[in-house]
Amino acid sequence: MDTVAKKQLKETACKVRMGIVESVYSAKSGHPGGSLSAADIMTYLYFNVMNVDPAEPAKEDRDRFVLSKGHISPCLYAVLAHKGFFPVEELKTFRKVESRLQGHPSMRYTPGVDMSSGSLGQGISTAVGMALGAKLSKSDVRVYTMLGDGEIGEGQVWEAAMYASAKKLDNLVAIIDNNNLQIDGTVEEVNSPYPIPEKFEAFGWNVIEIDAHNFDEIEDAFNKAAEFKGKPTAIVAKSVKGKGVSFMENQCSWHGTAPNTEQYEQAMSELKAALAEIEAEG
Amino acid sequence: MADTVKVATRDSYGKALVELGAVNDKLIVLDADLAAATKTGGFKKAYPDRFFDTGIAESNMMCIAGGLSTMGYTVFASTFAMFAAGRAFEQVRNTIGYPHLNVKIGATHAGISVGEDGASHQCCEDIALMRTIPGMTIINPADDTEARQAVFAAAQTDGPVYMRFGRLAVPVIFGSDYKFEIGKGVKLTEGTDVTIIATGLMVGEALTAAELLKAEGISASVINMATIKPIDRDIIIEAAKTTGAIVTAEEHNIIGGLGGAVAEVVCETVPVPVVRLGVEDTFGRSGPATELLHLFGLDAANIVAKAKAAIAMKK
Repeated sequence: MDTVAKKQLKETACKVRMGIVESVYSAKSGHPGGSLSAADIMTYLYFNVMNVDPAEPAKEDRDRFVLSKGHISPCLYAVLAHKGFFPVEELKTFRKVESRLQGHPSMRYTPGVDMSSGSLGQGISTAVGMALGAKLSKSDVRVYTMLGDGEIGEGQVWEAAMYASAKKLDNLVAIIDNNNLQIDGTVEEVNSPYPIPEKFEAFGWNVIEIDAHNFDEIEDAFNKAAEFKGKPTAIVAKSVKGKGVSFMENQCSWHGTAPNTEQYEQAMSELKAALAEIEAEG
Repeated sequence: MADTVKVATRDSYGKALVELGAVNDKLIVLDADLAAATKTGGFKKAYPDRFFDTGIAESNMMCIAGGLSTMGYTVFASTFAMFAAGRAFEQVRNTIGYPHLNVKIGATHAGISVGEDGASHQCCEDIALMRTIPGMTIINPADDTEARQAVFAAAQTDGPVYMRFGRLAVPVIFGSDYKFEIGKGVKLTEGTDVTIIATGLMVGEALTAAELLKAEGISASVINMATIKPIDRDIIIEAAKTTGAIVTAEEHNIIGGLGGAVAEVVCETVPVPVVRLGVEDTFGRSGPATELLHLFGLDAANIVAKAKAAIAMKK
């Protein structure tokens, strides 16, 4: 990836992180930890991979995205806002009455949201349905879904995984945001999903392992997924929960907690400093 | 009615899907390894490209149906009522109901008349469960004629529809001139003393009960309530006003089904006695379907008894 493109991605991802902090702080609730861990991949996906048009959010031939780990809606909304689906300012309405930005994604409220989600384990199945529909229509539509590493404890994930490979849905990519933390502790402590790559391989998927915060690896993974034929692809992305805000990093207490004013200001000043640093890069 | 043909509404469902498949190339049918029993096998044979068997994974099937529907397809998802409304309740609620997707749930093997398989498979809770989902249409057809029309009507309605079909062959009550409409009850006989509001296979029993009551000098009106949601409030209110007593009859738990829906309307509009006939908040058991229906009081004789009880409660 050339340095200009990478710099732009880093800037956007940093702004997405600011949007996450802003919306969760405004709502006084929401899920910052997993939103921050997914911010780089989500940014890359919407800005460099998916065929979507903010001017025509429902266009038929658009690629589809399902946020199976629906609680990281702040991340999806921030990405959609920066992509132009709605004003960035609207992120401050997150979770408020009369807002289009529901606590968990709703396709009936928010432009750019392709599927309502939030109840874990169901999003990947709907993505399988979309990929199946695209194949049936002989369209080039590709379908992406993001799951949490805690979420894959839901049995339905594996029902979906089994069916996707049985139907050879190579137009489907599932990203597993492996930040290693869930509400009650580390994923190992709670109900270990490890080893994740081997599980998806055993279910007949093409598996790619990456660092979730390295844009070269992210790019390479999506390129390989697009080329791979005959199997769906799982991108297992090792990430840091809370990435980009020092005191939120690797703390499961920040899974579903909003920052207070002091914490908000610290988080924003860290992100602003990070943005200035990126902008200063050559 | 004596020598009428008998058809299981699951068969009507399967045949209607094949008919619809010919005129609607955007129609897809899903099943969860029960195509032979739900009767979607006919569609599978006729349109193999548009039939998907998701295997024994009903939760996954319901969400796949939701996803497929967003790609411009009308999706019929089939399995037994127990698994459609029971196992996959939350998937239906969150991934079909909440986004109001164009998914039609063809739930077969509803009620006690599943027979020998016993209580684990005799779903008497599905209407109650589905009624609580906002925007869900629920249709429980009485016979072959109505079931076929219900499937066509569901395909033409935007949004989620839950259709309830039976395993047991039941008498064909309606002729080709019968007209089913979603949300409309149909008065089958006029009466003045009591109204029997029935749904599904209890409609035939209600007509028999009306004859038995007539022989005793009691004039009973019979209404076929195929659509449980949205319920036909007008026909219920009119029945309450004109006959002053109502009996509901359904092959479902007396909690939360047709009886509940009718009682809710009556209590809030024209309070008159409503006596509910259904499965008395108990689990089923194994046995031949026809024997079980009598054992659980799902027959004309019990409707007669309940009708008399309702009349006795009139002021």
